[in-house]
Amino acid sequence: MAMLEIRNLHARVEDTEILRGINLTVNAGEVHSIMGPNGSGKSTLAQVLAGKDTYEVTEGEVLYNGKDLLDMEPNERACEGVFLAFQYPVEIPGVSTNYFLKAAVNAKRKHHGQEELDAVDFLELVKEKAALVELDSKLLSRSVNEGFSGGEKKRNEIFQMCVLDPTLAILDETDSGLDIDALKTVAHGVNCMRSPERAMVVVTHYQRLLDYIVPDFVHVLREGRIVKSGGKELALELEAKGYAWVEEGNATPVATS
Amino acid sequence: MADASKTLEQWENQEYKYGFVTDIQADSAPPGLNEDTVRFISAKKKEPPFMLEWRLRAFRHWKTMTEPTWANINYPPINYQDIIYYSSPIKDEDRPKSLDDVDPKLLETYEKLGIPLHERAALAGVAVDAVFDSVSVATTYKDKLGEMGIIFCPFSEAVHEHPELIQKYLGSIVPYTDNFFATLNSAVFSDGSFVYIPKGVRCPMELSTYFRINAQSTGQFERTLIIADEGAHVSYLEGCTAPMRDENQLHAAVVELVAHKDATIKYSTIQNWYPGDENGVGGIYNFVTKRGKCHENARISWTQVETGSSITWKYPSVILQGDNSVGEFYSVALTNRCQQADTGTKMIHIGKNTKSTIISKGISAGRGQNTYRGGVRINKGAANARNYTQCDSMLIGEDCGAHTFPYIEVKNSTAHMEHEASTSKIGEDQLFYCNQRGINLEDAVSMIVNGFCKEVFRELPMEFAVEAQKLLEVSLEGSVG
Repeated sequence: MAMLEIRNLHARVEDTEILRGINLTVNAGEVHSIMGPNGSGKSTLAQVLAGKDTYEVTEGEVLYNGKDLLDMEPNERACEGVFLAFQYPVEIPGVSTNYFLKAAVNAKRKHHGQEELDAVDFLELVKEKAALVELDSKLLSRSVNEGFSGGEKKRNEIFQMCVLDPTLAILDETDSGLDIDALKTVAHGVNCMRSPERAMVVVTHYQRLLDYIVPDFVHVLREGRIVKSGGKELALELEAKGYAWVEEGNATPVATS
Repeated sequence: MADASKTLEQWENQEYKYGFVTDIQADSAPPGLNEDTVRFISAKKKEPPFMLEWRLRAFRHWKTMTEPTWANINYPPINYQDIIYYSSPIKDEDRPKSLDDVDPKLLETYEKLGIPLHERAALAGVAVDAVFDSVSVATTYKDKLGEMGIIFCPFSEAVHEHPELIQKYLGSIVPYTDNFFATLNSAVFSDGSFVYIPKGVRCPMELSTYFRINAQSTGQFERTLIIADEGAHVSYLEGCTAPMRDENQLHAAVVELVAHKDATIKYSTIQNWYPGDENGVGGIYNFVTKRGKCHENARISWTQVETGSSITWKYPSVILQGDNSVGEFYSVALTNRCQQADTGTKMIHIGKNTKSTIISKGISAGRGQNTYRGGVRINKGAANARNYTQCDSMLIGEDCGAHTFPYIEVKNSTAHMEHEASTSKIGEDQLFYCNQRGINLEDAVSMIVNGFCKEVFRELPMEFAVEAQKLLEVSLEGSVG
């Protein structure tokens, strides 16, 4: 059974249809990259999978480990192992990152009938993961994302991913706003998380990130549909020829696998 | 015949005039307010003549006043002649016999708030001797405080035991002519607390935590007077997180604080009177006058968490009389359902180098309306005065409102004034971010709101702060989603 099975997914915001029939299968252990020009629906796909209610799903279905993903509340999806690294991480004034993350970890543990982590075990876990993405542990006692630089916010996302240990990680333009050193660090964090039990969907505009996070599959999204799929070499081809190349009739609709 | 009828009329009038004397055994005064009502209350409390005189002066002044209308609140007119101004405490035989007789909904709320079992019964009004002996607990602490010269007792007791202090300080900060509601309180106040901390004494415990069970008897017209003599320190806690039900809809309390040279008074309030049902019906109208005066180097700090009542009208203020004195106001006001709050503070800078800080957090949910009203006045002689004001509003949902009315009056050019204000909507984005990490909607709302209020909560004594957080959680239930 595939971990994630997206079938003919349509979604809209108010009167604008953004996703117009997405088909995608992701198996455990795989890293898929979703690429495409601005406005093609990449971020919408990521947010719909996470359950953002700004988008209305009008058609299609999404199965996650055999369950109807669209039927679950966003927090339920998270507890079931779906993680979204936000393109624009949100600030929560007055709530420390540690407190926030502990609540998240324990919500998940509770969901799975496990005992809550105590403060000591939690801090140990956090310390280890913060080192992995070279996140200054002083940031953890500050309010969530408040006053963080763009790079710190993105590191914080990957750090949270490491702590929450998801089954399906969706990275929404995690590379945007990162300098090359930060990019390498973030990619290192992501690569450490690669495992046969975990799948990742990496949404990106640029090929650059894929130099460091090498995908198994690349899909090109255009006007709400996947118009081309291939291996990692597709990203390089796109880099060389530009998205216009896909638009010039090289698009080959991809059948549901 | 004419003479006879005249005599009869006189006799009737006389009977009416002194009616209260024969009625002194009654449990309650009849509804309505006149001089007899005031005399009745004073007689019931066996007050010395100076108290009765003071009450009567207040009452006569009150009759010349009109109810203020400037606040940003709406309520049907109050008929002051419909109100019962005095009733004796409930007799034990009329109380619930045990927790089994108490409204299960109320008990459920206590449970959510994590109120200790032994306190639940007392809060629910179960006859005390049927539950546990709270009196002995209270007495133990009272003895200990007494050894240090600290006086902490019901106001009515202080009138008898320490009349010289009452005469000296009562009305010295909030005069009986102060405002409509304070004047009404002066005429008919039922009881309250009296605290005196002698020179140089630091009160070893937070006053009223151990006594809060008794708070239920303070009634609708509460009067509190706290005096910290030179160099004294005291922290006073008022109210508690348990929802307080009361048959009396109108509440008009007065609190006066006197901080002598080098003294510190910290006054923390959690107000959770019944807010009314979904449509605001039956909620408490809470009109409160709180003010303190700081002498040289003194500090008064007000911290309030206001979550109850259908109407809150309250401006805890500080008169910074002495040089180098400090006034602080930290406030969280939450309005949900149909609640309306018009609250804030006044800082009056008179002495040199006086400093004031105002942190106000207003949260509006449901159809709640929340108004911050603050005044900062720097008088001519207040050289180098400083004020910092931060006033933040948070909106939850589409039907609520936040309003801000800051008044700043500066008459000395050496003053430093800072004012920051913000209004934010509890973000869909913030909620989704929390949800995406596995945190459910209600926990997310309470986490975000508590984060918003953090600067105020950290001013609360530890135990109170934990309760305040839980209280917000419970008060916000059902406001989102």
